[in-house]
Amino acid sequence: MLILECPYCGVKADETELHGGGEAHLKRYGPGSSDADFEGYLFHRKNPKGVHFERWRHVNGCGKWFHAARCTATLEVFGTYPAQVTAPPKALINKIKKKRPDWEGWT
Amino acid sequence: MSDVMAPLATVTALPAQGMITIRGNLKDAGFIAAVKSASGLDVPAQRQIVTQKELALAWMSPDELLLLCGYEDAPALTNAMTEAFGDQFAMAVVVSDARAVFDLEGPKVRDVLGKLAPVDMAPGSFGHGEIRRTRLAQVAAAFWLTCDDSARLVCFRSVAQYAEDLLKTSAKPGTEVGYF
Repeated sequence: MLILECPYCGVKADETELHGGGEAHLKRYGPGSSDADFEGYLFHRKNPKGVHFERWRHVNGCGKWFHAARCTATLEVFGTYPAQVTAPPKALINKIKKKRPDWEGWT
Repeated sequence: MSDVMAPLATVTALPAQGMITIRGNLKDAGFIAAVKSASGLDVPAQRQIVTQKELALAWMSPDELLLLCGYEDAPALTNAMTEAFGDQFAMAVVVSDARAVFDLEGPKVRDVLGKLAPVDMAPGSFGHGEIRRTRLAQVAAAFWLTCDDSARLVCFRSVAQYAEDLLKTSAKPGTEVGYF
């Protein structure tokens, strides 16, 4: 069972109280962008085995969206942070790098 | 076992309860002052609920509060709140008919809730004055303890029958887990 701490409520919410929103920090390509960029934005997702940044919604709680960093292989949760950012916080990146030295980074 | 077994808690659907949703910046001094002047209550801290006589003010999310009051008082209280907000980016809306309210009373009230919601109901981790918005089996609900052996629960009126059946099933005699 995946347990994520909602950064707004501070509750350790289990997976059944949340709703997954897919990969985090996507760059949106809208009107005027190239077909390849638009296709990538719509369809191409990372699906890594290892560190993954995701969007989650505390749907049965405060109803807010937030971000989570976790390992898709071990389900280890590295941390959660609010949704009002376009990149993961520096401290969290450093924490993950320390735990997973061969991690390639989030971009 | 005795022939007559009491349920873990008695479940009572309460009559219509006045409810007002208040949205705004909970950290803003002007907002806090306006809520205080209209309701007499302080803005609760994260996940807390404060009560005073027949009024209760609950923290719902970082930008939302729920004010519980008498059904008849809701419109007047909302008008007073709206006036107090002035031109602030905040609002109060009467939502009395949106939700149903239940009272749970019995010494095993923590068992009844613990069986239905993914919440640690241990006395050390869920205490008085805390409100928890969560999931009750398949529907969203929020509850808080009113004293050691009673709790109050709100859920959407459209799922009230489901919630009542669920609570009554969970409270059936002889089904206590005995964990708390």
